[in-house]
Amino acid sequence: MNRVKYICSTTARMLTLLIAVSILSFILISASPVDPLKAYVGAESTLSEEAKEEVAEYWGLNDPPAERFLTWADHTLHGDLGQSITYNMPVSTVIADRFKYSVALILAAWVLSGIIGFTAGIFAAVKKGSIFDKCVKTFCLILQSAPVFWFGLLMLTVFSIILGWFPIGQAVPVDKLAADVTIWDRIYHMILPAVTLSILGTGKITLYTRQKLIEIMHSDYILFARARGESVKQLVIRHGLRNIAMPAITLQFASFSELFGGIALAETVFSYPGIGSAVTAAALNADAPLLIGIAMFSALFVFVGNFIANVLYGVVDPRLKEGGYRA
Amino acid sequence: MHNDSIFAAGSPRLKSSGINTRKKMIIYITAACVYLIAVLIAGLVMNPDLYGVHYENKFLTPSFSHPFGTDFMGRDMFWRSIKGLSNSILVGLAASAVSSVIALIFGVAAAVAGGKTDKIITWLVDCCMGMPHIVLLLLISYMMGRGGFGVAFAVAVTHWPELTRLVRAEVLQVKNAQYVQAAVKMGKSKTRIAKEHIIPHVLPVYLIGLVLLFPHAIMHEASLTFLGFGFSASTPAIGGILSEAMKHIVTGKWWLCLFPGLILLVAVMLFDVIGDKLKMLLNPGSGNQ
Amino acid sequence: MGVLNNNKESVLKVKNLTVSFSRYDRGWNKTNLQVIHSLDVEVFSGEILAVVGSSGSGKSLLAHSVLGILPDNATITGSMEFMGKPLTEKDQKKLRGEQIVLIPQSVEFLDPLMKVGKQVKGIKGTVEKMREAFRRYGLSENVEKMYPFQLSGGMARRVLVSTAVMEKSKLIIADEPTPGLDMEMAMETLRHFRQLADQGCGVMLITHDIDLALSVADRIAVFYAGTTVEECPAEDFIKGKKALRHPYSRAFIDALPQNSFKPIKGTQPYAGDLPKGCLFADRCPLRTEECGGKIQMSSVRGGKVRCVHAT
Repeated sequence: MNRVKYICSTTARMLTLLIAVSILSFILISASPVDPLKAYVGAESTLSEEAKEEVAEYWGLNDPPAERFLTWADHTLHGDLGQSITYNMPVSTVIADRFKYSVALILAAWVLSGIIGFTAGIFAAVKKGSIFDKCVKTFCLILQSAPVFWFGLLMLTVFSIILGWFPIGQAVPVDKLAADVTIWDRIYHMILPAVTLSILGTGKITLYTRQKLIEIMHSDYILFARARGESVKQLVIRHGLRNIAMPAITLQFASFSELFGGIALAETVFSYPGIGSAVTAAALNADAPLLIGIAMFSALFVFVGNFIANVLYGVVDPRLKEGGYRA
Repeated sequence: MHNDSIFAAGSPRLKSSGINTRKKMIIYITAACVYLIAVLIAGLVMNPDLYGVHYENKFLTPSFSHPFGTDFMGRDMFWRSIKGLSNSILVGLAASAVSSVIALIFGVAAAVAGGKTDKIITWLVDCCMGMPHIVLLLLISYMMGRGGFGVAFAVAVTHWPELTRLVRAEVLQVKNAQYVQAAVKMGKSKTRIAKEHIIPHVLPVYLIGLVLLFPHAIMHEASLTFLGFGFSASTPAIGGILSEAMKHIVTGKWWLCLFPGLILLVAVMLFDVIGDKLKMLLNPGSGNQ
Repeated sequence: MGVLNNNKESVLKVKNLTVSFSRYDRGWNKTNLQVIHSLDVEVFSGEILAVVGSSGSGKSLLAHSVLGILPDNATITGSMEFMGKPLTEKDQKKLRGEQIVLIPQSVEFLDPLMKVGKQVKGIKGTVEKMREAFRRYGLSENVEKMYPFQLSGGMARRVLVSTAVMEKSKLIIADEPTPGLDMEMAMETLRHFRQLADQGCGVMLITHDIDLALSVADRIAVFYAGTTVEECPAEDFIKGKKALRHPYSRAFIDALPQNSFKPIKGTQPYAGDLPKGCLFADRCPLRTEECGGKIQMSSVRGGKVRCVHAT
């Protein structure tokens, strides 16, 4: 019962946040000096005055902001996010098309940073104070401070230009017909951007895992397990992993927000046609419908990450599942 | 006697707040500050001719006279980068100042007023964190019309949520502490309680938070500029420099992106170092290395 | 309860044990902190030795030294013998969890995320043995599937004790097993120990509660500032002050609630700042010049004592 209640309250709280974020985005975009009509039809629009009037009428552009928001929300809920002037197609299509590319990238980076970070963190903690540990720590601190786009540029310079191992940007080979593109082409083009994107999370998850495991290894239950004859390896596998896995996975899910920010930069560096480069283009081209559409979408994305993190925490941990601590 | 190093007792730094360690930290902090202030001032007083256009010196590789090489207009990348970093630090300083003041006001208000005020502020914090930071920055830059001021403004008004949480938590903790409750019962005036109990506790957290805001602010400023917002190309900014460098990467002009990024990285790491050491100095108990 | 132990086997014999920690003080200067020094203690099969002393006297560290689970920055000297053979680091690794077992203080010593059954079984036990131990201590089968936080106080106690009977252990070290328990439950726990001892185990019961210790122990070792000052049959404590040998033991009795409840003046010396000779000298009513020298453990009236004035 407790579990259901927990999930419900978490969902409710997060949904109100999602609505709040949409209001905030809408206010920010409405406050822009860009003429809303222009943002909807484009500056060099060849539409007739009448057609323009229709667009304005449809989106309630001449109404006061509150009403306009309601009009917009109504259309949004019915799946109509408007027309992107940058790509000249419906915003929902742009988002769907581009997210396909981005989601592969995000997923790859997410898994990569999770695996590398978790493993490195565990080994660093077990060998705490060793040269390996010190190297890992320093490297992570550098990774955490390195701008993603700079790291991407360096990767591009070294692996694509100097060594020639990887293609210079794009998601597929430029000289191939769409029909001839294989899955390997796509993976090949995705490696560098994915690695670049993963540096965001790797440092964080490594340092977190390391710190947490060190704490666990100083706990009373490890002392007792040791007294019962467990070796370091057994301690780490039987108790260490069990106790860090959940917090670490939770942290990974909570990093969705940074990942989304990261794709805006990584995709720009690698001219990767994902949602990150689309949001940049939307903001640069004053493409209000696309901008607000992606803003909402990003909020939804963060929401899903946080939601999973919260639910995982509340559901998998037996202490919460059964209803609080009993001393 | 045991080889499994994992069982070593906590790092020595944890326990000792001895004079040597303190001295060491102060040296670190001073060195980092000197570097950053030097860059800032160098950028402010620099003669623009140093990074002026010299078409005869196009694309020179790094050398003694041009340590960072030159770009497609023959501009010296070393001075251009210093100027750019100086601009970034300036934006970072301004942004941190604004954000930290917002955080202080919101954090204290939420903790002291409680009730509805607290709910609204907590909700605002969640709201700002419910969207990827970069997207929020893009929205605000868009609202402000994309210019350099827009970027600075966006960076300045979006870095308060985490610090607000910290300040709020800290004030709440102090407020509910027994000695403060006792002081209230003894009839001490509110200003006196604030002066004697609350400020001394909250100030360290606030100062550390302020310092740790810099790296984020600088990084976000650079990111936005890199994406094409912010200052026009004639005003050097690290993000802009790197964005330009991206165009010449295919032809192998590696120095155009390596060095400017490197000095940005160093600056960001130094701010982190200052923040961390400060944290250890101000509350030695919390060192968690 | 046996006064002489000639007919019993010595399970653990600790002689002249010193435990010190290296730590950093004032910046980067390494200093050594001696926490246990010239400690002698002996446990025989079939008996309970209660190690009593106030907190901070190094009792738990004695347990950790025997098991070989001190932290990395600890160094130990002196000799330890287990079943008549020297106890090396290698032996400790092999023996702990088998012949030498620890019964910890509370459920905090159990992995919070591992089911109790699996934990009691440990790495060396089997499911059958675990079930048998559960039956022995009246734990129902559904306890196996519980997590430590779900155990009630009494269940937790029995679960912890059952970890000790998974193997044929020769030495059981119980580290403060009773605090926080009500009288009845504490007595039940102690009965378990008595039972284990009667089956031939040597039990070292570490506690600060001398009252409880007296109710089950055969012998008492009194701990003070990291060393044993007296080792004697438990009945000497029951007989009263006169039967005891060390002034600290007598003071300990005086401080008990049912006696005059008179605490001793002064405090236990800090490990980093110990006096040269007798550690109790500055609080001792019998102090003389001789107390400043090195004090050896000597046999007096069927017990051992570290005091030059003992008769």
